[in-house]
Amino acid sequence: MKLSIQVNEGPFQHQASDTAYFFTKAALDAGHEIFRVFFYHDGVQNGTRYTTPPQDDRNVVNRWSELAEAHKLDLVICVAAAQRRGIVDEGEQERNGKDGNNIADGFRISGLGQLIEAGIQSDRLVVFGD
Amino acid sequence: MSTTKKFLYVNRRAPYGTIYAWESLEVILIGAAFEQDVALAFVDDGVYQLTKGHDTAGIGMKNFSPTYAALGDFEVNKIYIEKESLEARGLTLDDLQHLVWEDEDEDWAEKDSIKVVTSAELADLMGEQDVVLSF
Repeated sequence: MKLSIQVNEGPFQHQASDTAYFFTKAALDAGHEIFRVFFYHDGVQNGTRYTTPPQDDRNVVNRWSELAEAHKLDLVICVAAAQRRGIVDEGEQERNGKDGNNIADGFRISGLGQLIEAGIQSDRLVVFGD
Repeated sequence: MSTTKKFLYVNRRAPYGTIYAWESLEVILIGAAFEQDVALAFVDDGVYQLTKGHDTAGIGMKNFSPTYAALGDFEVNKIYIEKESLEARGLTLDDLQHLVWEDEDEDWAEKDSIKVVTSAELADLMGEQDVVLSF
């Protein structure tokens, strides 16, 4: 089955991103295709490489990056939600005159159309969040 | 893109306590460009998103409630309000904005967009959807 995933909450305040991660991993292990993972609302915070949790805790951001690299996942951060919350890639840095960027490996910033397209193209769109 | 799917946006939260309502509206507006079969549902405190007379001056937030009135122009004209949610909050249709759309097939006759449905009817509606996005 072709699946897309939507993550609506930040990495540590809610379990949504953890659950989405384990669901995505299990789906891949079971042979399903992940068309896209879309991060919206505070979910965009899952895509900043500045995340530094204590050493004895999981690193939710790195985990997504590693999964993306292993499976060529398309991790997309909503641009409008990202701009509000200070998630910046090189393009956004330039466009908005910021002094740096913080996007994590394996993530890209794009528009909400990518979410709608994921809904159209996938057999199921699975939403994680409150 | 030739595929047409049934999209339902489920709005469950009050308009200003969190950003979910406003960012849901942003998805709906972008999604309208994809010519899908779109419907909106308002349940729980989500019914407050459509009440009349929002005034956000005191909280310093953008009042986005006028945007709902524009949805008809984007061919977003199936707006379902859960009856039980309205009643539990002492609200009636008169407390909500009068949202309309113009039917091209009937000489642009103005029609109501809002329909009050029971939670059982809403459950059936949800069952008919291809994609359910909840906010």
